[in-house]
Amino acid sequence: MGFVELVRFAIGALRGHRLRTALSVAGVAVGIAAVVSLTALGEGARQYVVQEFSSLGTNLLIVIPGRVETTGMLPFGGTTNDLTLEDYRALASRIPLVVAAAPLATGTEVVRAAGRSRSVPIMGTTADLARVRRLEVASGRYLTPGDPDRGGSEVVLGSKVARELFGAASPLGQVVRIGDWRFRVVGVLAPRGHSLGFDFDDIVYVPVRTAMRMFNRASLFRILVEVRSERELRQGKQAVLDLLAARHRVEDVTVITQDAVVSTFNSVFDVLTLALVAIASVSLTVAGVGIMNVMLVAVAERRREIGLLKALGASTRQVLGVFIAEASVLSSLGGLIGLAAGWLAVRAFVQVYPTFPAAAPSWAVAASLAVAVGVGIVFGAVPARRAARLDPVQALVGR
Amino acid sequence: MIELGDLWRTYRVGDSEVHALREVELEIARGDFLAVVGPSGSGKSTLLNILGCLDRPTAGRYAFDGRDVAAMGDAERTRLRQSEIGFVFQFFHLLARLTAQGNVELPMLFAGIARSERRRRAAAALDAVGLSDRAHHRPDQLSGGQRQRVAIARAVVMDPGLILADEPTGNLDRASAAEVMDLLGEMNRAGRTLVLVTHDPEIAARARRRVRMDDGAIVERT
Repeated sequence: MGFVELVRFAIGALRGHRLRTALSVAGVAVGIAAVVSLTALGEGARQYVVQEFSSLGTNLLIVIPGRVETTGMLPFGGTTNDLTLEDYRALASRIPLVVAAAPLATGTEVVRAAGRSRSVPIMGTTADLARVRRLEVASGRYLTPGDPDRGGSEVVLGSKVARELFGAASPLGQVVRIGDWRFRVVGVLAPRGHSLGFDFDDIVYVPVRTAMRMFNRASLFRILVEVRSERELRQGKQAVLDLLAARHRVEDVTVITQDAVVSTFNSVFDVLTLALVAIASVSLTVAGVGIMNVMLVAVAERRREIGLLKALGASTRQVLGVFIAEASVLSSLGGLIGLAAGWLAVRAFVQVYPTFPAAAPSWAVAASLAVAVGVGIVFGAVPARRAARLDPVQALVGR
Repeated sequence: MIELGDLWRTYRVGDSEVHALREVELEIARGDFLAVVGPSGSGKSTLLNILGCLDRPTAGRYAFDGRDVAAMGDAERTRLRQSEIGFVFQFFHLLARLTAQGNVELPMLFAGIARSERRRRAAAALDAVGLSDRAHHRPDQLSGGQRQRVAIARAVVMDPGLILADEPTGNLDRASAAEVMDLLGEMNRAGRTLVLVTHDPEIAARARRRVRMDDGAIVERT
C-alpha cells in the first residue's frame, strides 16, 4: 500500500464521516485561531507600549541651563551662562555619538487665521526636531533644514491647531499670524495624541531664531540630543557635559537622561513579553487539549473499523499509517483554517482600531501549527496503535 | 487443511475463568463444508475467530496447512488473514463510506495490488455474486441480502482457500438467506473450504459435516 493510496484512503475516510471531520477540523481551527488572535493582541499591546515609550525618546538627552543641585559654599556664587544657538551647533556637530540634536525656544502666543484665533504653545526649533521627536508630517513638509540662525517665517501646525483654525480646508500656503508676526503654513503634522499629559497636536513649530526674536530671548529653553542607542546614553551625557563645560569654562548645565523612562520601559517590556508568552502557552494548551479530545473520540469510535481492517488483512503498520495520515490531514487542515480565521480576526480588529498594531508573532504561528499537528498526530496515532495491536476480534466486537 | 488439537480459549472475567473453548479437537480437510451449530454462548463464534486468526487460543495446537499458527508472528498471521482466509460476518461489516466496489477492493488495497487490477478483480467478484449493477451503491442503499453478497465478494476476492462465515444468514429474510447460502455453496463447490456457524438446522443440513458445540466443547459430530 503506497503513500498515495494511504492518503487517498485516509481522505476517503475523512470525507465519509463529514460531521465528525468537520467537528475535528473546527476543534483544531478554533484552537489555532485562538492562539493566533490572542498572541496578536498581546503582541499588539506590547508593540503599542514600545511605540509609546520610544516616541518619548529612550535614547534622548535633555540639556537644560543651570545646575540642578544643592550647592554648599561656592566662593563665587553660581554664575550660569545661557544655552545659545552656538552651543547647539557645537553639540550637533562635534560629538560623534550624537545622531541629531534640536534646540527649543518656547513660549505661548495667540495664533490667528481665517478669522479665528487660538492661544497655543509655540516651539522654535529646527528641522532636526522632526527626527528627535519622531514627528510625522501629514501634509506639506516640516521646517527647512539648514542654518538655525537664518530664521524665516514658515510655520508647521499641529493637527489640532490646523483643524481648529482651518476646519476641513487645507492650511498649506495660507498665512497665519502669531502675535504680530506673519507666517506661511508649510506643513501639518499627523495626529500624535497626548503623551505624558502634553497634547502634541496643539502646538505650532516655527524656526528657532524667529521664535527667539518673537519672545525676545537670547537663550534657548533647552536642547534635545539624540544618541545612537540607549547603551551610549551615559557616554553621550558625559561628552555633552564636557563640551559645554569647555565652552562655558564652568560646568553650568544639567543633562537629564530619561533613566527613569528607560528602566520603566525595560520592566514594562519584560512583563509584557512574559504576559504574551503566558497567553500563548495557555491558549496553546487549551488548543492542544481540544485537539487531543477530538482525536481520542474519533479513534474510539472506530475501533470496530480497525478490527475489520485487520480481519481483511491489514497489518498493524498499515492501520497505523491510515490513522496517522488521517490525523495529519485533519490537523493540518484545521491548522490552516485556524490560521486563516485568526488572521482575518486580527485584520478585522486592526480595521476597527488602526492605531493598535496587532499582529501574531511568527513564533506563535509556528508553535501553534506544530502543536496542532503534533498533538493531532500523537493522539490520533496512540489510541489507533493500541487498537491495531489488539487481536482483531477484540477491536471488532469492542471488548 | 486445518488441525485443532486440545484447543482451549479461556477468558478471565474478574476473578473467575470462563472457558469459551475447551479441549476442542477438529480436523477440516481441503474443500470440506463444515457447519458449527449449538446454542448461543457455546463457543461457535470463538472457534471461528480462532480459525480466522482474529483471536488466539489460550492453549492447544492450531495447524493451518501444516503450519503452526500459534508460533506465527504478527506479519505471518496478517498474511494468512489477507490471502488465505475470507471472512463473512453476521452483521456484514461493510464500511458505510465506501461503495460496494470500494468495499470489495479493500483487502486488495492492503495487499498492495495496483489500482487497475483492483478495479478489474472487484468488478469480477461483484459479477460473480450478481451485483454488477450495484457496484457503485453504498451499503445503506442495498438490502440486507445484497450487503451480505457484497461481503461474500469481498471474502473471496483475494482467492482464499478457506471461507469462514459467522451466521451469515442470521440477519436476513428467508429468500435472501437462500441466495446467500446458494452463493456460499457455489464457492464451496469451486473448491474452497467452508466453515459456517449457524443456528438454523436447515442451513446446517446443507453442510457435508456438522459439529455441535455446548459450553465450549464439541459434543456431537455428524
